[in-house]
Amino acid sequence: MTERVGWEETAEEAYDSAPCGLLSTSANGTIVKVNQTLLDWLGLSGEAVVGRLRFTDLLTVGGKLYHETHFAPLLRMQGEVSGVAFELKREHAPRMPVLVSAVVRYDDHGNPVLHRITIFDAQIRRAYEEELLRERQAADLARGQAEADRSRLQDALAVLQQSLLPATIPVMPGVATAAYYHTASPDELGGDFYDVFHIDGHRWGFFLGDVCGKGPAAAAVTSVARYTLRAAAMHNPAAALGTLNAVLYERFAGGDLRYCTAVFGTLWSDLATGRVAIRFASGGHPPPLLIRADGSCEYLLSPDGTLIGILPTSQFPQTDVTLDPGDMLLLYTDGLTEARVNDQRDFYGPEALHKLASQYAGTSPDALVEALSDVLAGFGPRLADDTALLALGATGLPHNGL
Amino acid sequence: MDILRRNNVVVTGNPEGRAVVLAHGFGCDQNMWRLTVPALVPEYRVVLFDYVGSGRSDPSAFDESRYSSLGGYADDVVEVCDALDLDDAVFVGHSVSAMIGVLAARKAPERIGALVLVAPSPCYIDDGAYHGGFSVDDIDELLSSLESNYLGWSAAMAPVIMGTPDRPELGEELTNSFCATDPAMARVFARTTFLSDSRADLATVRVPTLILESAEDVIAPRQVGAYVQAAVDGSTLVTLDSTGHCPHLSAPEATNEAITEFLVKLR
Repeated sequence: MTERVGWEETAEEAYDSAPCGLLSTSANGTIVKVNQTLLDWLGLSGEAVVGRLRFTDLLTVGGKLYHETHFAPLLRMQGEVSGVAFELKREHAPRMPVLVSAVVRYDDHGNPVLHRITIFDAQIRRAYEEELLRERQAADLARGQAEADRSRLQDALAVLQQSLLPATIPVMPGVATAAYYHTASPDELGGDFYDVFHIDGHRWGFFLGDVCGKGPAAAAVTSVARYTLRAAAMHNPAAALGTLNAVLYERFAGGDLRYCTAVFGTLWSDLATGRVAIRFASGGHPPPLLIRADGSCEYLLSPDGTLIGILPTSQFPQTDVTLDPGDMLLLYTDGLTEARVNDQRDFYGPEALHKLASQYAGTSPDALVEALSDVLAGFGPRLADDTALLALGATGLPHNGL
Repeated sequence: MDILRRNNVVVTGNPEGRAVVLAHGFGCDQNMWRLTVPALVPEYRVVLFDYVGSGRSDPSAFDESRYSSLGGYADDVVEVCDALDLDDAVFVGHSVSAMIGVLAARKAPERIGALVLVAPSPCYIDDGAYHGGFSVDDIDELLSSLESNYLGWSAAMAPVIMGTPDRPELGEELTNSFCATDPAMARVFARTTFLSDSRADLATVRVPTLILESAEDVIAPRQVGAYVQAAVDGSTLVTLDSTGHCPHLSAPEATNEAITEFLVKLR
């Protein structure tokens, strides 16, 4: 159908002046017809092309190889190919990036007789694509660098983290211990801490705490807390926490308020009776869980002290407890009791801990901590906070763990 | 590992007949043999497969170091023959697969009893008096041609091309999928194909060998066909009246006739 628009469009002129290159080849590739647009691009005359050149003669060597290994087989198999990138060789002009599509014309017996090929100028598009490729290569490079940086950072953090925890827990006559530490992310320093150390004679100190926040600022507080508590261990537990309170308040109260919760205790092992006498104080920390060998369990809800480091002076009441052989005392951070057990945001909670601990009554700190770490591992990615556990048990024997 | 799954092995034809293994070259996949298979199925047990990194092979099996030498591809062939327990098979290899077949026949002489080399070239790069047809720069240009056509490839297409058992309808409809490959894998295959020099291996062939060449082939010109024939003892060279590097697609009747004639003579 045609419509008069003040200019008579003919099929011939539409073919010759089409805004793309058009050519037809015989089945063996010899060019049998070509339009003026393509001849202009090539800088060649019709006589030099028709019957004399093949389509592949217009391509670069790399393009010829690609034509033979991809384009020609696809055209034979599918009867058409679309959007393949080539470069045209030209007389007196630089190579021209093009996109090529082709269809096969078959005779009545289904034998291919012609290939009709359309060639689009892709100079601008190719420049853009090259830019994209370059950017992708640059992005790949940057990603590789970022991954390397992250892994270096994680290594550094792991070393720092280790420096904030005891390398080993000392062997105490008549006392068995087990500890567990989990950081929520390898990209962050944890804010939980614990330690067990010798004071004098048969006296030992231990503490477990939780600095508010995570990361380097929290780690700095952890470091201060750890060394302050160790240095203050000669005093009684209440005085040790009081010292830590004063140090944190003095250092951080001005601007960036930093505080922590902690349980600090001393223990004395009586080798004659197998009993372990413990005196501890707590500053705003979840109550330790006492697990008797007979299966009874109780949270030691002593009059609780305030958070450590928010007030200039604070009181930290002390509690005394004696472990008989087979009894255990569990210290933990809220990473355990506030772990999400499901996607409904329910906490693991003190009741569940109480129930599980009573099942492990009369076993060993190792068995208890292992059971709890299994519980935590079961929470998988929901375990969003740092967690520290420290269990102490009276063995009734002069050697640890026997 | 399931070799038959890894190499997308398809077995068809006459189960009682002699095994004929059809091996595709660089660029596409086993679909290249679609016009050859019908001529062989009445008499022969036909084995088709895709090299790892091509067609619908298992992309997770790709190993750059293994497939950086033709020996790695020959190991694929031997493993496929072992998995099917083939005995005295005829190996038909197109393009680079011709040389892969030569290596495989040496590795597993009990498996491969005859060779058909379609448009073979033991070395694509000119070397002194040897005329391979290309310079190293030409091969670099091919690699950049591949690069510019990678834009037709996207990660979203990958599962479609590599085969999606749960959505088989996707695979068949995708245009150009027979020759689409993960760019990184195609690059390795291209380098291995076009930068290898297997001229010395031709003298090791000890089995009946048919060489098929196109009268006009940019990738494997006539001089190369003559070179291969002279180097393989007792081989037969047939020049097909065809144009291009894929006579099995562009001149299927003549190609099939030459292959079946050779197979009949082997009996």
